[in-house]
Amino acid sequence: MSRKVDITLTVNGQPHAHAADTRTTFADFLRDDLRLTGTHVGCEHGVCGACTVIVDGEAVRSCLMLAPQADGATVVTIEGLSEPDGSLGPLQRAFRKHHALQCGFCTPGILTTAHALLTQEPDASEERIREVLSGNICRCTGYVTIIQAILEAREGYRHAANASTAS
Amino acid sequence: MKPLGIDKLIGASPERIEDQRFLTGQGQYVADLDIPGALHAAILRSPVAHGRVAALGLDAARALPGVHAIITASDIPNPIPTIPLRLVPLPEFDPYLQPVIAAEKVRYVGEPLAVIVAESRAIAEDALDLIEIDIESLPAVGDENVDEAGAFLFEETGTNVALRFHARSGDPDKAFAEAAYTRKETFRSHRHTAAPMETRGLLAQWDESGQKLKLFGAAKVPYFNRRALSRMMNLPEENLDLIEVDVGGGFGVRGEFYPEDFLIPFAAQRVGRPVKWIEDRREHLMATNHSRDVGATVEIACARDGTITGLRGDVFGDMGAYIRTNGGVVPTAAGMFLQGPYRIPNVDVTVLALMTNKTPVGTYRGPGRFEANFFRERLFDMAAADLKIDPAEFRRTNLIREDELPYSIGKRAPHLPEAVYDTGDYHAAFERCLAEIDWQGKAAIQGKLIDGRYHGVGVASFVESGGAGPKETSRFVLEKDGSITVATGSSLLGQGLETTLAQIAGDVLGLPLTAFRIDHRSTARLADGLGSYHGRSIIVGGSAVVDGAEKFRAAVIEAAANLLGRPNSELRFEDGVVRSEAGASISLADIAASRSAEDGLLAVDGIFLVNKPTYSYGTHAAHVAVDPDTGRVEVLDYVAVEDVGRAINPMIVSGQAIGALVQGLGGVFLDHLIYDDQCQLLTASFADYLMPTATDFPSLRSVAMELRLSPTNPLGAKSAGEGGMVPVAAAIGNAVGAALRSRGAEPRTLPLSPPRIWKLIHEEKECTQ
Repeated sequence: MSRKVDITLTVNGQPHAHAADTRTTFADFLRDDLRLTGTHVGCEHGVCGACTVIVDGEAVRSCLMLAPQADGATVVTIEGLSEPDGSLGPLQRAFRKHHALQCGFCTPGILTTAHALLTQEPDASEERIREVLSGNICRCTGYVTIIQAILEAREGYRHAANASTAS
Repeated sequence: MKPLGIDKLIGASPERIEDQRFLTGQGQYVADLDIPGALHAAILRSPVAHGRVAALGLDAARALPGVHAIITASDIPNPIPTIPLRLVPLPEFDPYLQPVIAAEKVRYVGEPLAVIVAESRAIAEDALDLIEIDIESLPAVGDENVDEAGAFLFEETGTNVALRFHARSGDPDKAFAEAAYTRKETFRSHRHTAAPMETRGLLAQWDESGQKLKLFGAAKVPYFNRRALSRMMNLPEENLDLIEVDVGGGFGVRGEFYPEDFLIPFAAQRVGRPVKWIEDRREHLMATNHSRDVGATVEIACARDGTITGLRGDVFGDMGAYIRTNGGVVPTAAGMFLQGPYRIPNVDVTVLALMTNKTPVGTYRGPGRFEANFFRERLFDMAAADLKIDPAEFRRTNLIREDELPYSIGKRAPHLPEAVYDTGDYHAAFERCLAEIDWQGKAAIQGKLIDGRYHGVGVASFVESGGAGPKETSRFVLEKDGSITVATGSSLLGQGLETTLAQIAGDVLGLPLTAFRIDHRSTARLADGLGSYHGRSIIVGGSAVVDGAEKFRAAVIEAAANLLGRPNSELRFEDGVVRSEAGASISLADIAASRSAEDGLLAVDGIFLVNKPTYSYGTHAAHVAVDPDTGRVEVLDYVAVEDVGRAINPMIVSGQAIGALVQGLGGVFLDHLIYDDQCQLLTASFADYLMPTATDFPSLRSVAMELRLSPTNPLGAKSAGEGGMVPVAAAIGNAVGAALRSRGAEPRTLPLSPPRIWKLIHEEKECTQ
């Protein structure tokens, strides 16, 4: 039924070596084994997007991935999205300012999805943002303020991209 | 009642206090809790809609390593407890209450048959698959002809009609006999539900020596649930602590008393270890309350100028298999809100509650209203079209004028007194909405085919009750460090109450938001609390905070008077300091530090009593384009206008309105719980149960007006959380009807999915009765 395999991975900059149950989803591994409970599980079948984390730069549904598949990966979760000094990052600040969250349950998956998108595509249009975000269900906000917040935070990602190109 | 007249924080939109933890992954939802030694539960649910339980084969499951216990009906002391009614407690419903576990009979797919407790959730779910279920099927009762299905859900009652209620005002028979014009139509709203992003979950911790229970995962109405559970477990209420951690959305369905709210504590008591149960999404869609399954035949009587002289109708609610805590609200509210904000002197409404072999229903944001508004406003547009009157003009003629308020519609629900609309300017909200959508400017495109799509603009007005009494409580505690904790009987489900209640307390006491910590976690903090539903947590909960804050100020001044040796009359509390006229002062921290161990903390209780609801109201308008080739409807523009009395935090009010609106649009176009003819649920995943996403409805606006304060409460607030939802099907239905008028297609049945709209255009030429 189940057996364990040893995996190593980096989560939010911290290296981890762990024996992972072969039938455990990566979402459950993050939550139960690493106690990173900011990643939420809303449907367990890959539709709602609440469990989205960033694996090697890509936004991934951690409920559709098994823990052993994360062997060797570099992972960012909601707990790793703030600035190094612990203050809120540009997306988080914009979400707060625009009231882009209510109950907060879908928020980690939406932030990680938007972070991966804007990191890869700092010039993403509103249409592109809506398209990518359409894989994340929010039942509280109606999305209007979420899109406003991401559009505002996009400026910060553009500056960062320009700065890294210039240097 | 006099409004507060303070407005430093009230009316401002500070960023929410709760957001910091939600944005950094530090929120704490029930699934995030970890108690060492906890076991995990999974629920065996009936795969059959209606049948007699012959046997459950448990041996293989019991033998699975890691399984600690399997609990079935035979393990629970007789009589097996039933879930009590929280609202609409009519004796007619008594035979239809849900037992906490199925014994001889199952009545819906998803009904609990057994609880498996195991080392891990995975093992518990493995064990589920090993149980052999032997159920003899009975005919499933599925459609509204419930007494023709060949089976009674509860044989002893001899009917599947649980309630028949009749309300009447004026002389409707005469009005219809004398009417120049009448029209009768049949409408249907479809079964769907709230589907909050967090499923339900519970973590029960039993202390055998103290006979005490801690139950994490409470929401919405923890104090009612504590009372219900204490009776079922035969324990004093004070031995139970129901703890509310962060809740991932409620919208009516989360937090009501469900079978698991007994089964999980019972399991923890039985195995002597903490037991954790987290509902999965499939379970959620078949076990958590459904709603909106309401139909009606409604008839209108008018003069030729559009003046309504009568309204009559039969409204039924498909209740599912049991009457749960608040199920009766759905059909009775649909009957009550059929009249809406209109002057209708002669009304006759019959309400039926029908039992079927489907998941039981409960309240979902705007219960009964979403449905009733669709029925009425659609009928109004059909009548206006027959009489060749502009739909806006038709409503202007019939909307209640301010000089007619307060306006009684009479007694319309079996459990409520006469309903009296209180204050408002219904015409002002209506005209504002028409101006926002540019009703006159868009008259030219009504029903026009433009670039292959039919355009239509629809309008719908509503009135909405909120702020249910009879009371709410609060408790202000001056902590040792001089900070203030405010315990509230209201419940937090993501609606921002940590911020808005602090805004209210801050304005009464002249303190900043950061001076307060809002405490809602434990039922040990207050003697009682009514919780959050019916738009009541600001109106009633916030008013209890006003009372608590005023008493807190008096208590602080009293304490300072003793310490400073000055009479109360010479003291004032400002900026967190009590000052005397002579210049002496003492801070909250000093007052806190002065208290001895015998004194304990300085604490006062606040309470707000109210026996009347508030009535918010407003108008929605939508501009849609309908593609006749695909049946797809695009919402090009949507405006929601509501008078909320007073907006404590306009940013949050707007968030509530837009959020409700999109949920409502989901209900119009997407969300649908579909059953087959054996009452098997076909939409038990998010791949099948569709909800709005970010690409669906980008063009939405809400306008919160503060036209007339509510007279029921010191804040002047009316409900603001449900009005965004109430007339959505009505406004969209009318817009689609206007778009398709040349095709003779009138939406009468929800959802307005592409296949249904396509059929409406191309196949069904529904005849007018």
